[in-house]
Amino acid sequence: MTTLHPAASRATDAVAGSPRRAGTGTTATRILGIATIVSMCWLVAFGLGFSPADRDQEEAVRLLYVHVPTIWLAYLAFVVTAVSSAMYLWRRSLGWDRLAGASAELGVVFMAVTLVVGALWGRLTWGVFWQWDARLTTTALLFVTYIGYLAVRNLGGSHAQRATRSAVLGLLAVLEIPLVHFSVQLWRSLHQGRTFEPNDTNMDGLMLFSLFVGVIAFTLLYTWLIIHRTRAMAMEDMIDDRGLDDALAARRAEAAAVPGADEEAH
Amino acid sequence: MGVTRIAWLVARKDLRVEWASKVFTNQVLPFAAVTMVIFAFALDADVVLERVAPGLVWLATLFSLLVLVQRSFAIENEDGALDATRVAGVDPRAIFAGKALALAVELVILEAMLLLAAVVLYGQDVPIEGVPLLAVTSITATCGLAAVGTLYGGLAAGFTGRETLLPLLTLPAVAPVLIGATRAVEAALGTAGAVVSDGWPWVGLLTVFAVAFGVGGALAFGPLIDE
Repeated sequence: MTTLHPAASRATDAVAGSPRRAGTGTTATRILGIATIVSMCWLVAFGLGFSPADRDQEEAVRLLYVHVPTIWLAYLAFVVTAVSSAMYLWRRSLGWDRLAGASAELGVVFMAVTLVVGALWGRLTWGVFWQWDARLTTTALLFVTYIGYLAVRNLGGSHAQRATRSAVLGLLAVLEIPLVHFSVQLWRSLHQGRTFEPNDTNMDGLMLFSLFVGVIAFTLLYTWLIIHRTRAMAMEDMIDDRGLDDALAARRAEAAAVPGADEEAH
Repeated sequence: MGVTRIAWLVARKDLRVEWASKVFTNQVLPFAAVTMVIFAFALDADVVLERVAPGLVWLATLFSLLVLVQRSFAIENEDGALDATRVAGVDPRAIFAGKALALAVELVILEAMLLLAAVVLYGQDVPIEGVPLLAVTSITATCGLAAVGTLYGGLAAGFTGRETLLPLLTLPAVAPVLIGATRAVEAALGTAGAVVSDGWPWVGLLTVFAVAFGVGGALAFGPLIDE
C-alpha cells in the first residue's frame, strides 16, 4: 500500500469513486491558487506598469522581474530535491521520493524559463544571447544534470527501485554541482573579461519592490504546483499498483462473458 | 577476502577479458584515433588545431570513456554476471574499485596514445619540464574519469533502453575534469604562453574530484546496482 499524505486522501477518495470531485484540489490548494493568481496580477501591474524603466537597460529590466524569481525558485526546487532524496534514504517513505521527483520537474521547468528569459535579456542589454561566464555555465550544467535525473526517474521498475536510484542520483548531484561550480569559476577567472552584473546595486525602490512581488508570486506558484504534482504522482503510483489487479479482473470478466472461451484456447 | 583483494581480482578479470577479446585494441583505440582525425576536418586550420590540441585530446578521451564504460558493463550483463557476483555476497565497493581500476588502466593507455596522436597530427612539442605535470595530470584525471564512468555505468550501461542515458549522465559530471585536465596539459605543453607552474592548481582540482567521486562512487555503487 502506498503511504499517502493525509491531505491527498481526499483526492484518492475521488479516484476510489466517492461523491467528491475527481482531481487533486483541496481547500488549501484553492486558497493557495487564488493567492498565486492575485500575486501574479500584482506582479504584472508592478512589473509592467508601475515600476520605472531602468536608466541603462530601459525596458529590458522588466524581464528581470521574471528572470530573478525563476532562478531563485529553480535553486529552491533543487535544494528540496536534495533534501527529499536524503529523507527518502533515511525514512524509506515514498512520499519523500515523490516530492523529490516533483520538485526536480519544477526545477527543470523554472530553470528553462530562466535560461530563455535570461537569453532574451542578454540579447537586449549585452547584445549576445549567451556568455561563457561562471554563473551561466554552471547554470547550464545544473540544468542538464537534472534533466539526467528526470531521465533516470523514468527507467521503470518498482517504486522502491525508482526511489532508491533517484535518491542516490539526487545526492550525487549535490556532490557534483559544487565541483562543477568551482572548476568553472576557476576557469573563467583566467579570462578576466568584462563582468556583467544583472543585479544593479542601486535599484530604485519601486523596482526592488516589483522584484519582491515577483519572488512572492513565483514562490506561491511553486508551492501550488508542487502540491498538485505530488498528489498526481501518488495517484499514478496507485494506478501502477492496481495495474495487475485490474488486468486480472479484466481477464476474469472476459472468461465469464464467454463461457466456452478458455476451453477453446487449450 | 578483503575488499582490496577482491577489487584486485575484479580488475584482473576485466583486464583479462579485454586482453582476450581485443575489443580495446581493435575497436576503442582506432575509434579514438579516428576522432582525432575528424577533429582536423572540422577545425580546418593548422593554427587552430595547434591551439586547441590539449582540449581535443581530452574530448577524444571522454568520448572513448563512454565506449569503454559501455563495454565494461556489457560483459557483466551478458550472462547476468554482475547480479551473480552481488548475490554471492561480494562487497559492491570492491566491485566498484576493481572495475574502476581496470577502466583506469585502459584510460591511461588510451591517453598516452592520444598524446602521441596530438604530437604527430597536431604538431605538438612536449617540453621535458612538462613531462611530470603531464604524467600527474593523466593519473589524477584518469582516476576521476574511471570513478564517474564506473558509477554511472553501473546505473545505465548494459541494459537495453538505458545505454543512451550514460552520456547524458556522465558528461556534465566530468565537466570539471575536462576543464582542469585541458588547462593542465596546456600548461605542460606551453600552449598559448602558459607555463608549467600554471598547471599544478588544476591538478589540485583534479585530485579533489577524484577523491570526491572515488569515495562517493564507492558508497553509491551498491544501491545503484542492487536491482
